[in-house]
Amino acid sequence: MALETTEIQEKLVETFGSKVLAFNQDRDIFSFEADSDIITAVILFLKNDPTLRFHFLTDLCGVHYPDNEENKQFAVVYHLHNWYENKRIRIKSFINGSKPEIKTISNIFLCSNWMERETYDFFGINFIGHPQLKRILNMDEMISFPMRKEFPMEDSGRTDKDDRYFGRTTINQ
Amino acid sequence: MSELLLPPEHRYAKIIKERHNEDGSELSILNLGPTHPATHGIFQNILLMDGEKILEAEPTIGYIHRAFEKIAENRPFYQITPLTDRMNYCSSPINNMGWWMTLEKLLDIKVPKRVDYLRVIVMELARITDHLICNSILGVDTGAYTGFLYVFQFREKVYEIYEEICGARLTTNMGRIGGFERDWSPEAFRKLDIFLKDFPVAWKEFENLFERNRIFIDRTVNVGAISAEKAMAYGFTGPNLRAAGVDYDVRVAQPYSSYEDFDFIVPVGKSGDTYDRFCVRNAEVWESLSIIRQALDKMPEGNEYHAEVPEYYLPPKEDVYHNMESLIYHFKIVMGEVPVPVAEIYHAVEGGNGELGFYLVTDGSRTPYRLHFRRPCFIYYQAYPDMIKGSMLSDAIVILSSLNVIAGELDA
Repeated sequence: MALETTEIQEKLVETFGSKVLAFNQDRDIFSFEADSDIITAVILFLKNDPTLRFHFLTDLCGVHYPDNEENKQFAVVYHLHNWYENKRIRIKSFINGSKPEIKTISNIFLCSNWMERETYDFFGINFIGHPQLKRILNMDEMISFPMRKEFPMEDSGRTDKDDRYFGRTTINQ
Repeated sequence: MSELLLPPEHRYAKIIKERHNEDGSELSILNLGPTHPATHGIFQNILLMDGEKILEAEPTIGYIHRAFEKIAENRPFYQITPLTDRMNYCSSPINNMGWWMTLEKLLDIKVPKRVDYLRVIVMELARITDHLICNSILGVDTGAYTGFLYVFQFREKVYEIYEEICGARLTTNMGRIGGFERDWSPEAFRKLDIFLKDFPVAWKEFENLFERNRIFIDRTVNVGAISAEKAMAYGFTGPNLRAAGVDYDVRVAQPYSSYEDFDFIVPVGKSGDTYDRFCVRNAEVWESLSIIRQALDKMPEGNEYHAEVPEYYLPPKEDVYHNMESLIYHFKIVMGEVPVPVAEIYHAVEGGNGELGFYLVTDGSRTPYRLHFRRPCFIYYQAYPDMIKGSMLSDAIVILSSLNVIAGELDA
């Protein structure tokens, strides 16, 4: 019997109550939002529950929403996959913009170690309890977090190239 | 010596100072990389060695990081394929097709069956070249240059087919939203036929050179073995995971581009060692050849090579000059003024190294709001220090090339 999304939702709501919300079937993937302070519990539950069995962490990444309210300016997005039932799930957890931190899941999924380091490197999100939270792709001396929206892609002093023709502009976005 | 290489506060410097071997020998530090001819790419590993044995390793990556995710946030959707090319540059068409399929999922475009099949052909060709490089280079690293030189000419043949399809060879930038930029020429199919005739002969010989070769077996069996549980915990996908005995393949699990129409097996290994990885890739090449043949046999009649999506597919240049509608569409597409739905998409394809995923967040504008590439190399390379612990230095080189770590994909 295939794993139904309603079953996943019921189980989650039963266990975590109002801290898991915004359940949504978007195209081929089922997604929901989880409160950042219970994220490890949610992921551990999804992994270890005998019927859910989301045993594989496919992806972990950050998203920056500078226009959101203070408490929702960063999101950490987890993609889990249950290979037995071939079901994917996406968990989104919003965190505070001025003090972005969330608990690490590197003790649950070994592979999240570098993914969290990458997210820290680009967004400055602090993964509490991570064994070695330091930059991974950028150089150690860097002081800014380049994937944040306020970080300019081009050198703002450049005059030979007008970025309006190449990408996101104030009018078009 | 070690003080010169590392700052005194480094963990390894401390270990060296505190460790006293009974025979009076000392531990040493070896910098493998960043640019070392045996590592096929730019990554550094600081190794803590006891004689020839590796005790610990500390990888440093990011040497060719090019900020693709940031660039992607500032480019219209159709200008992002060139970025995907440069991730796993041994199999760029798979990355290109994966990106178009992500967009098609976002825009809800159904492509014709013929396009699906053409895509399958080009993706399997890319898989063949990817595995061909990995396996033949593994041969080189164990001291067998001949096999590499012998099969490498067939990568050239595949590149000629790419050239017929899209005009480029290594970084292909192939395809458009909804299909290909032009129909495949008869020459492309002719070259494909020749390849399908000649390559299996050479690949069989290549296999014969290695599979029962005493030296090769001694160098690879039980070298860099990883258990299925550990491989899954480390996020392995693709041939490296299948070598450990898990039959997860995105082409079967979530068929895209009509993979469900084809009959193929997913080869699995048992012990997850270097030899099994080699054999799994070998077997996958045979499966890919079989898929290409099936696709050619089942190819629907006609010459459809793209879906009818005028909002997203550039019209032919002649029409732009003579036809009002085409001109408008051309202008809108080039200026990136075509609306896209606000959505979050995850699409995965089976890349040469495993599950290549695209996580795309859009806000309705001309560029992605956020685009994250799930790069299989990046995720499984973190297992490397664990895999080489306790092995010899020369084994570390062999393990690295059998994992097929591609620097472009590792660093994005």
